[in-house]
Amino acid sequence: MSGGRRKVPVVPCSGIGKSLGAAAREAAYVLAEDLRPDRTRIVALSLLVMGDEEARRGVAGGAAVAIDGCKLECAAKGLACSGAAHVHKIAVFDVVRGHRGLKPEGVCDLNEDGLKLARATAEEAAKAVDELAREDGHA
Amino acid sequence: MPDLPKRKVGLISCSGEELAEGTVTRRAVRKVLETLRPGDTVTLCLPLFLAGGEGERAFARHYPTIAVDGCDKRCAALATKKYSAKPAASVVVTEVAEASGRGAIGTARRLNEEGLRLADAVAGRIAEETDRLLKRKPGSAGPASGRGAR
Repeated sequence: MSGGRRKVPVVPCSGIGKSLGAAAREAAYVLAEDLRPDRTRIVALSLLVMGDEEARRGVAGGAAVAIDGCKLECAAKGLACSGAAHVHKIAVFDVVRGHRGLKPEGVCDLNEDGLKLARATAEEAAKAVDELAREDGHA
Repeated sequence: MPDLPKRKVGLISCSGEELAEGTVTRRAVRKVLETLRPGDTVTLCLPLFLAGGEGERAFARHYPTIAVDGCDKRCAALATKKYSAKPAASVVVTEVAEASGRGAIGTARRLNEEGLRLADAVAGRIAEETDRLLKRKPGSAGPASGRGAR
């Protein structure tokens, strides 16, 4: 049995109609590339939706982080349907409430406020990843 | 005559977060929606099919859809067929890239100039398919093409 640390799967919402969905996607990149590159990996929600076996095996039975843009929580539902044992939910719409001055705009290209919101969301997600590591005794 | 709802085409991008080609699908779809065929298209959110979005499922059952996928796994096309109805057309970014001999396109987080050009080419393909599905003659529809949806 390998004693290596399992990277936590991170699944952002694929929302294409709203800035908060785009912020969720950007937050996943900030988390997995800048803040916790050694502890997290991004899994495409579309693969889980389609039922891709490899993607499902990678999330089944373990903890995962969902970053959702709206209350429909597609990422969290996708992870739950794929067998994730514990889904830690990060909601961009909750994060934005704590940063009332931010006015995120854009989908393909977020404005400055959108990027700040993504960063704040990623920092929330990083705390969740650290908590998971502590629970696993890796902190 | 009854006032029938305007026939529109639904665009479903895979949005694959792991691959730069997934980012190309998003940018291309947004360009068609915002610039190339704004009155003729809507976007459908792929994960909503799984999360129980009855509106998305119903639309895709009754209106033509175009699945826009980043790779040959074709998640958007397969999931649309699985949860609703077979897409009327399918565009795959890697096939468009291969046909046009594109080089490296950047990362999923940030496309480079080549990636942006590829997104424009994919958007053009989607617009052509939209016209075909709406039975329009080539060149008779939509605002002038450009890169305004960036």
